[in-house]
Amino acid sequence: MNRIASLTAASPKRVLPGFGLSLGVTLLFISLVLLLPLTSLVGQLSGLSLAEYWAIITEGRVVASYLVTIGAAAVAALFNALFGLLMAWVLVRYEFPGKRLLDALMDLPFALPTAVAGITLATLYSSNGWMGQLLAPLGFEVAYTWVGIALAMGFTSIPFVVRTVQPVLEDMPGEVDEAALTLGASDAMAFRRVILPHLWPALVTGTGLAFVRSLGEFGAVIFIAGNMPYETEITSLMIFVKLQEYDYVGASAIASVVLAVSLLLLLVLNLWQGRFIRRLHGGKG
Amino acid sequence: MQRIGDSPRVRRVLVGLAIFFSALFLLLPLVAIFAQAFAEGLEMFWANLSDEYTLAAIGLTLFVAALTIPVNLVFGVFLAWLVTRFAFPGRRLLQTLIDIPFAVSPVVAGLVYLLLYGRNGWIGGWLDSHDIQIMFAWPGIVLVTIFVTCPFVARELIPLMQAQGAREEEAAVTLGASGWTVFRRVTLPNIKWALLYGVILTNARAVGEFGAVSVVSGSIRGETNTLPLHVELLYQDYNTVGAFTAAALLALIALFTLAAKAFLEWRATRRENAA
Repeated sequence: MNRIASLTAASPKRVLPGFGLSLGVTLLFISLVLLLPLTSLVGQLSGLSLAEYWAIITEGRVVASYLVTIGAAAVAALFNALFGLLMAWVLVRYEFPGKRLLDALMDLPFALPTAVAGITLATLYSSNGWMGQLLAPLGFEVAYTWVGIALAMGFTSIPFVVRTVQPVLEDMPGEVDEAALTLGASDAMAFRRVILPHLWPALVTGTGLAFVRSLGEFGAVIFIAGNMPYETEITSLMIFVKLQEYDYVGASAIASVVLAVSLLLLLVLNLWQGRFIRRLHGGKG
Repeated sequence: MQRIGDSPRVRRVLVGLAIFFSALFLLLPLVAIFAQAFAEGLEMFWANLSDEYTLAAIGLTLFVAALTIPVNLVFGVFLAWLVTRFAFPGRRLLQTLIDIPFAVSPVVAGLVYLLLYGRNGWIGGWLDSHDIQIMFAWPGIVLVTIFVTCPFVARELIPLMQAQGAREEEAAVTLGASGWTVFRRVTLPNIKWALLYGVILTNARAVGEFGAVSVVSGSIRGETNTLPLHVELLYQDYNTVGAFTAAALLALIALFTLAAKAFLEWRATRRENAA
């Protein structure tokens, strides 16, 4: 009797059981694990006046950390756009010995704990490390400068561009190449005029994701950064420092800026991607 | 067929550049971890590994992963079932919400949990008056680890279950199978490999989480020190070889994760070619 009642209550489309149960479990989990903790940030900040809030998030040392973080993340993302494009192209278009291994290696930065990446890069690029010894005579200092920060951010976000561009490149039919070349285009011109426009959305999405990830990176960066106030301090570290001083309000204020910026960027990327996918598949474009 | 970049010269240059930069940025750090760990010989490696605090850190890390994985496994399966098998308003929103942990900086993740469950927090104050400690103890580490790893299982399952469609399950229900039977006999065999990879990814991230855990752990040696935190501690004590010994263990788990992915992909292409 119960079974019949529940069957008739459900919409005719829902043949499968478990809608109520899975909805309940999912909503409970998302509320408790994801949303409730985020509300505590609002609670912590509600005691602040707007002027106080503004004073905390625009303090000199904090602003300097925004600039360091954004600058290094931008360099890291640009590096990854180029390197990721190269890797995706080589892994999709060419056959060579060791290709599978190279492909597997691309995911290393996601699999390797960030602290491990951090101490490894710091050791490699310090003045007596393998790379540091090579670069020092050339007058190139990486460890404990913003170059080191960009390097660490670049390392941890390598997979984003490769893995977003790769499938799009795989799906591109060979006829496109042939048409361009038959019409007399050179390799470089055909790449720029035919392939690149096709890869553009994936490339921008991947680069954007790499940038967002780099903005929040902590474990890999702090070991190589040197963490000098005003010079090589990233914003995540500023939050951490405030917490160690038991300044929960200050930490929350800065965290709210980081959180707002990264969620906003993610939203923009999603909307932009959605628009592009519609243009590719749905519209007459 | 003629394709762009097919000339031997272009091809050689691009493959050469790709291998050079991958070796420089990916392989070299990987080699360096093991070179540093074994810098003072095998004996020292074993001595570092069997250090009391290192063993405690390994134990805690495994314990945290063992609690995190089942929770996120169950949640991931329910979420994937919900968004791929039913149409309802808010479905897209749910899928966006689940990506929050990817966008949130780990330090911010740790902070919001500290605010909620810490002594001055909404829940923490009540817990404190009942002598229950969450922050700076293992429950806090488990909670933030669940937060940062919750998208992985669902992320692996959703595209696969969407591609497979619900026809087989609907057939089973029409033939009178109960919900649990449908899941166990029809769905699970179809998704088991993606589920396994989701678990492996969850494990890799759970074992290696640093930023969020370092905010809520308190880093008490032998008590709330996970393996990544132990790496930091040893490194700051100028015990480089010790730090890299712990790091090498974590790198081994990472290599296992990469190998598992390569194996599952190889298996999938083989089946595709056979079909």
